[in-house]
Amino acid sequence: MYTNGYIFRYAAIMVIIAAAVLSTAAILLKPYQEKNVAIEKMGGILASAKIEGIETENTIEMFNKYVVEEMVVDQDGNVVESFKDGAKETAKAFNLNMKTELYRRNKGENYELPIYIIEKDGVKTYVFPLRGTGLWGPIWGNMALADDFKTVRGVTFDHKGETPGLGAEITTDAFKAQFEGKTIFDDKGKFTSIKVVKGGVRTLAADQQIHGVDAISGGTITSHGVDDMLKNVLESYLPYIKKEK
Amino acid sequence: MSKETKEREPLFSPKNIKLITGPINLSNPITVQVLGICSALAVTAKLMPAIVMAISVMVVVAASNVLISFLRNGIPPRIRIIVQLVVIATMVILVDQVLKAFVYDVSKQLSVFVGLIITNCIIMGRLEAFAMSNKPWPAFLDGIGNSLGYGLILVVIAFVRELFGSGSLFGFPVIPQGLYDFGYVNNGLMILPPMALITVGVIIWIQRYYTRELIEDK
Repeated sequence: MYTNGYIFRYAAIMVIIAAAVLSTAAILLKPYQEKNVAIEKMGGILASAKIEGIETENTIEMFNKYVVEEMVVDQDGNVVESFKDGAKETAKAFNLNMKTELYRRNKGENYELPIYIIEKDGVKTYVFPLRGTGLWGPIWGNMALADDFKTVRGVTFDHKGETPGLGAEITTDAFKAQFEGKTIFDDKGKFTSIKVVKGGVRTLAADQQIHGVDAISGGTITSHGVDDMLKNVLESYLPYIKKEK
Repeated sequence: MSKETKEREPLFSPKNIKLITGPINLSNPITVQVLGICSALAVTAKLMPAIVMAISVMVVVAASNVLISFLRNGIPPRIRIIVQLVVIATMVILVDQVLKAFVYDVSKQLSVFVGLIITNCIIMGRLEAFAMSNKPWPAFLDGIGNSLGYGLILVVIAFVRELFGSGSLFGFPVIPQGLYDFGYVNNGLMILPPMALITVGVIIWIQRYYTRELIEDK
């Protein structure tokens, strides 16, 4: 009843129609989706610096209120651009692509990275965006340091598709809270990063415990990913941090 | 002309009404047909994602049912499953994109489960069993009925799990602080998937207790 030719034509036309419908929808909805992603990014930056009362509706307003400066720093720690006035989401720092910049760093080329300075009640907090790889896809986040560039104020993490209940636990408050008050330099000023320790920080030497947090049971590869991300990305900020200290 | 309209079935004839009410109780997709269990376990820790999931499934089932029903006479039987899959996948991607654009928070919570609507057995089951051999309007009602039956169970499970697991409904705390001071604690097991399965079991038990038709003869 149905010839092979009919079946092929049917399948071809069906697929072309489906493709047309989907690409139209993707193009039409893109501006809304990008706005949501930008709002989420702002929320993450503010949350790492312990700004409270962030809702989806007021995020842009809060971001413009508390972020006093957005900087772009290069591989030697020089401030390439400093953005203070105007809509903060238009700054170069906010729109830098961490992925390509870190890729260039790994190849040994010049790179530029963003830093956000948040000021609340006269206290300055420096937020460093992070990006790395988890088990199934990218993980990213922010680390907020106090103005001694050593003590962690807070962190946020997010991920594309880590396993719910295991690797995805990096986004929970319990995991993030461990970072508060930890330091990324030891007393001699040597960079230690923050280690994500399998088996728990209590297995570390007593003087090293301030530089570590507990890893997630069942989320070993994601935990390693967070560990590598902190080490690599914070290292790329070191030239700037050393200059400012 | 007049003869034709006389013969036409009214939109909500008893037979059509049954297409909606049937799946809510007697042929409920989850508790009787035992389809779509995985998503029922995965998204019911809180009420909000459960409701969004139910609505998304409703849109996908109803729309694909209607579309497949329109196409049913032209679909070559040899590739009908592929055609059904393309239709479902297109619908699901559309729903996913719309959720990402307008309810971003919820779409993050649902994460992979929206994509997994594609694999929800209810949808394929309805297309193959009903839409392929019925007119668009009954197919639409059948889709709505089945997703209502699915959504109802989802909401009931989510209600129980959120109430006892997190002490809240729609994210608002409902269990008074006084009770916690007495030593009441939220049941952490409720948040985990095994408890959803047990809840489904209890619902099936209660449903069979009250609905004699469902009890099999020995």
